[in-house]
Amino acid sequence: MARGTSRLQLACVAVAVALGLTACGSGGIKDNPSGASGGKDCGDLRIAVNPWTGYVSNAHVIGYVAKTKLGCNVTYPDVKEEVGWAGMASGSIDTIVENWGHPDLVKKYIDEQKSVEDAGPTGGKGIIGWYVPPWMAEKYPDITDWKSLNKYASLFKTSESGDKGQLLDGDPSYVTNDEALVKNLKLNYKVVVGGSEASLIQSFKSAEKNKTPLLAYFYEPQWFFSEMKLVHVNLPKYTDGCDADPAKVNCDYPEYNLNKLIAKKFADSGSPAVDLIKKFSWTNDDQNIVSTYIAKDGMSPDDAAKKWVDANPDKVKAWLG
Amino acid sequence: MSTATAPPPAPPDRTASASKEEQPYVELGKKRHTGAKLAGIGIFWLVMWLVFHNQMTRALGLQDTTPFHEWLNGIRDWVQLHGPDNWFFGGVLGFIGDFFNAVFEFLQKLVSIPAFPRPVPEIGWLGVVALATWVGWAVAGLRSTILVVVTMLLFGVFGLWQDSIDLLLVTIIAVVFCFVVGLPTGILMARSRATSAVVTPVLDIMQTMPPFAYLAPVALGFGIGPTTAIVLTCIYALPPMIRITEHGIRGVPDTTIEAARSLGLTRGQMLRQVQLPMARRTIVVGINQSMMAALSMATIAALVNGPGLGKDVNAALQIQNIGAASVAGILIVLTAIMLDRTTTAASERSESMGRSGVASVSGPGVMLAGVVLERLPRWATEEAGKGVRQPRLTSAGRWLVRGLWLIPTLVLVYFSRQQLILAQFPTRDDWPFLKYIDGKTVTKLVNDFSNWFIDKVDTFTLALKNDLTNWLINPLQNLLAESPWWTMALVLLAFAYVLGGWRPVVTTLVCEAIIFGTGLWNDTMITLTMTIFATVLVMLTAVVLGVAMGRNRRADTAIRPILDAFQTIPPFVYLIPALALFGASRFTAIIAAVAYAVPIATKLVADGIRGVSPTTVEAARANGSTKWQMITKVQLPMSRNALVLATNQGLLYVLSMVVIGGLVGGGSLGYIVVSGFSQDQLFGKGLAAGIAITALGVMLDRIARYAAERYGR
Amino acid sequence: MTATQSGAVEKTTSEGTPALHVEGLWKIFGPKGDKIINTPDAQLSRKDLQAKTGHVVGIRDVGFDVAPGEVFVVMGLSGSGKSTLVRLLTRLIEPTAGTVELYGEDITAMSDSALLDTRRKKVSMVFQHFGLLPHRKVVDNVAFGLEVRGEKKGERRNRAQEMVDLVGLSGYENNYPDQLSGGMQQRVGLARALAANPDVMMFDEPFSALDPLIRRDMQNEVIRLHEEVGKTMVFITHDLAEALKLGDRILIMRDGEIVQIGTPDEVVGAPADEYVRDFTSDVPKSHVLTLKWVMRAPDGDPGDGPVLQSNQIVRDAARIVLDHDGPCRVADGDKLVGVVDDMDILRVVVAEDEG
Repeated sequence: MARGTSRLQLACVAVAVALGLTACGSGGIKDNPSGASGGKDCGDLRIAVNPWTGYVSNAHVIGYVAKTKLGCNVTYPDVKEEVGWAGMASGSIDTIVENWGHPDLVKKYIDEQKSVEDAGPTGGKGIIGWYVPPWMAEKYPDITDWKSLNKYASLFKTSESGDKGQLLDGDPSYVTNDEALVKNLKLNYKVVVGGSEASLIQSFKSAEKNKTPLLAYFYEPQWFFSEMKLVHVNLPKYTDGCDADPAKVNCDYPEYNLNKLIAKKFADSGSPAVDLIKKFSWTNDDQNIVSTYIAKDGMSPDDAAKKWVDANPDKVKAWLG
Repeated sequence: MSTATAPPPAPPDRTASASKEEQPYVELGKKRHTGAKLAGIGIFWLVMWLVFHNQMTRALGLQDTTPFHEWLNGIRDWVQLHGPDNWFFGGVLGFIGDFFNAVFEFLQKLVSIPAFPRPVPEIGWLGVVALATWVGWAVAGLRSTILVVVTMLLFGVFGLWQDSIDLLLVTIIAVVFCFVVGLPTGILMARSRATSAVVTPVLDIMQTMPPFAYLAPVALGFGIGPTTAIVLTCIYALPPMIRITEHGIRGVPDTTIEAARSLGLTRGQMLRQVQLPMARRTIVVGINQSMMAALSMATIAALVNGPGLGKDVNAALQIQNIGAASVAGILIVLTAIMLDRTTTAASERSESMGRSGVASVSGPGVMLAGVVLERLPRWATEEAGKGVRQPRLTSAGRWLVRGLWLIPTLVLVYFSRQQLILAQFPTRDDWPFLKYIDGKTVTKLVNDFSNWFIDKVDTFTLALKNDLTNWLINPLQNLLAESPWWTMALVLLAFAYVLGGWRPVVTTLVCEAIIFGTGLWNDTMITLTMTIFATVLVMLTAVVLGVAMGRNRRADTAIRPILDAFQTIPPFVYLIPALALFGASRFTAIIAAVAYAVPIATKLVADGIRGVSPTTVEAARANGSTKWQMITKVQLPMSRNALVLATNQGLLYVLSMVVIGGLVGGGSLGYIVVSGFSQDQLFGKGLAAGIAITALGVMLDRIARYAAERYGR
Repeated sequence: MTATQSGAVEKTTSEGTPALHVEGLWKIFGPKGDKIINTPDAQLSRKDLQAKTGHVVGIRDVGFDVAPGEVFVVMGLSGSGKSTLVRLLTRLIEPTAGTVELYGEDITAMSDSALLDTRRKKVSMVFQHFGLLPHRKVVDNVAFGLEVRGEKKGERRNRAQEMVDLVGLSGYENNYPDQLSGGMQQRVGLARALAANPDVMMFDEPFSALDPLIRRDMQNEVIRLHEEVGKTMVFITHDLAEALKLGDRILIMRDGEIVQIGTPDEVVGAPADEYVRDFTSDVPKSHVLTLKWVMRAPDGDPGDGPVLQSNQIVRDAARIVLDHDGPCRVADGDKLVGVVDDMDILRVVVAEDEG
């Protein structure tokens, strides 16, 4: 066993030398050169990132400001909406920076558990609806009225929808009443799920290019509108309470006042980032600019945020003031 | 008692010559009439379909739920509310979670993220590359080392250093865990039939269960973040480690075991001195397999906010950026190749461990060894046996040489702590030449190419999709999904019986009951349609490619690397081009599944073809078989076992991609699983869909396995 | 032990405690093997029993003695149970019934630890497929048994080196098994078996996997070792020539049962049945038979020819008999037992085939 021992000894020596060298080599690099500007200690900030580009823009602009101006250590956990809410309740997420309604979750987490707080509007207006590619609106002008949808149903037939027209839906996490709408408005359509924002955008792109019909769920604010002016199909007007019972919805989606959410624990922590999040506010156009940087120009979200922040010092100043 | 003088009573019915060797007792085979029975089932099915078309299909709307789903929701709510105070969720799982989190964070600060208050990790990129290089060289030799250096440098050049390293960390932590848990379990199973009988079915289910099925429950138990990713990865990577360890220990030849027993070894001695050393190579293969599995799961775990390159692929998918997804994809493939080659080389070498010095101290080691060998102390060298000219290093000697090489490595680590440029990977701003090869350049290249390509062919591919869907998928789906549920249940039972006998019937019945209980019968049938269709495509492709590879060495060398790449590339990466080519549809989901399952099936078929005894092939050639006759009458029938195995594996792989298909229009169970971890009120339904997929998988696997047992030889 | 032994077993050739005493040994493979013995089923043929109960008879009611220093060969075709038999002797396979005694110690009744001790010190085996450990050098393979029983490194190294030299592998001690030829590997196996200095060595078809020439070398090696170390050996083979060459006595098996036990010339000269006769028919009888088997009774005057001993091999006596005109006398010690003439010799030498 002498051999085994000496092997062990060598390994020990090697590890010891390694530790020694690593320990003494830290002198050359200055601690945290980017440094915090204010005197306040920010600490960690965990901004949930939901799966659409507009959201990414909100998150990274806030995150960029928090990092550079407040010295926060920002991380961006990728989570879906519901998971983000649950994460705020359990303490693994600090904030959601673009929330689309979710009355059931508001009730559960804000009203009952009181583990989440409303941090005010983002300034953005959320619109959900059914859209067709521009060429269709030109060729069939009356298609923007839901009443003529049945007339055109056969145009929208695909291999997925059988003998009905296809209505393409998006990511499964998105807020949607489409199945109920099709049923209650007696439309000869079948909801087919695309699965993601990507599949929606890809579908619109190829529909416009190949002049094929497409009717799909989509939403604003959305960078893709700067590339293609999709046309909204008008459903029966939204009235208060017409969507109260999910099974009986027969009206268009409401216009959402998008808002921010903040975890109770984080709100009470006294972090300067809490103020920043509460004061953050911009417009759909602002968001679309940043989203376009990311999605169309292929910039990294951080670079895109930096570009916008550098170009809009006044707005940023208002959030910090 | 027999004696020498009394002749044994020879049975009168045997002649002297016939009785020399005993004829074994054989049961006579019966004719099965499988074809006729299948046709009968088919007719029954068609009639029922015509009569009860679209009735009792148990279809469930997208947003609709059943009481069972609500019940699962209730459990979820309970765990969310009371979990932290519960001994199990808060205590046990909480502890495991904290442990993995702590380990991960520690390692991250060491090598990947800024270690506060430093603006950079404790060890900069140069140090990490140097250490990885040293490890690669020490365990696997020079060739793997070059691969390690190139891969790790590309992490930085492509601008994804941190995510790449994070992915490696998750993988390595999971593999270490799998090793620590899997090795003893495997040993125990090899040595105790009872343990094996208990654990094997658990492993079966773990391996049949598509990873997505347990994303949601694991995320519920461990929250989101690195811990969940690590736990998921462990669940996925553990079975191969255990299985291969068991196989390795059991694989030690009986003759050796017997010889050792005759020397009077105790069980402990047998394990330490015979079984473990002789199974060493197989165990390293187990580590290799476990590592590959871990890597692919660690990528998928991005869906529950797992750290690493999977995030980049996911993010790129959201903005339709094929180029960006490819850059991350390339790094994942490179990581896989790096880990694979390194562990493979390590396993090849472990066989010659403690053997000829030349094999183990290769490359620079040899040069160095040549210089210092003469001056090494006694314990470091020894006389080689006859036929080996130079003296060789003992084990300790080799470690000495390795130790010497550690010194320059540590110097580099030291520098990486001193210089910012050596700590944080330079970008094109620092080193202008990088702009020709960095991530942005590659992204743009890939995007330009794919846009051009898609633009050229998409009308054709979309038409292809429409035709195939309308003429093949839709009729099949109508038959499966529009038959009453009880018809389908009976048909499946009948198939199970005809193909596999009574045993799979029981499993099928149980699985059907489970699927029915989940309330997702109709969706399961749609998923089954896609699975069948995809499996058929997989097998067609696999047979064509596999026969070519099995018969022709050059075809093999050409095709195999492509298969390897497809096996390691995360499926998300090719979802975007598939989407662009085929639109959001079930067909796209099928294509994704086929792309995922073809490599494994093809390799199995190729191995089967190659495994046909050369004597048989020679005999057939001597009989004047043509090439076509050779393939259809000799090689394919004789590799029937491999074909059946390939079908089985192909099926399971296809099934595990079903959920990914949900992201690109596949709908049905896959989409429901994805909805489950997206929408609060659909959590239970998603979980139920996961259960349904697992039950479907177990059912198909069992039928295929018993059918294989019957028809496979 | 010989005294108490039942008369059915043939007496051993020497007096005193036999090295190995086997009595009533059974092995029936299958979950309920022990229930079948003592039922009428036990009398069924192998094939019938398997068809009826699914159990296979490995060894059926076997008994014999081996004297110290004897080379005892067990021979039979494949499937005859000979390999099972040798494994039953050290309980590598547990017997279903019967006793095995090693120098009076009952192996079948031993505790596990006593059994381990027996295997470590008293019996060693050489296997057809060598059973070497590929990850150990030759010398470490040879020393393995010693290491297992806890001997110090220096001692076992010396002993192993001695054994390596004894089997003629000097210089190869630092090679690995897979660097050696088959014959050399089996020499390692032999050295490993010898290293433990056992009372009894068992060989399970040790040379079947080797080329004919190598096999002959190895057989001579075993003869040489037997002369040098004088161990009791139990040797399993399916090769009759090998059995005749090595064995002091030969046990012939078929279907798990003993067909005949006897010295080589007894087996060839007086085969117990057609089965034995059939496969001893090819043996060059002059090489095996002694004069005892070819002589005639000394009717009348034996004449005055040279006196030959009755246990002399025919081939060796042929020259003398043929050179001499008229019959030669055959004696057992001093006692005249027969005469042999040219015709008797030629009948054996020329007409080999008629057997």
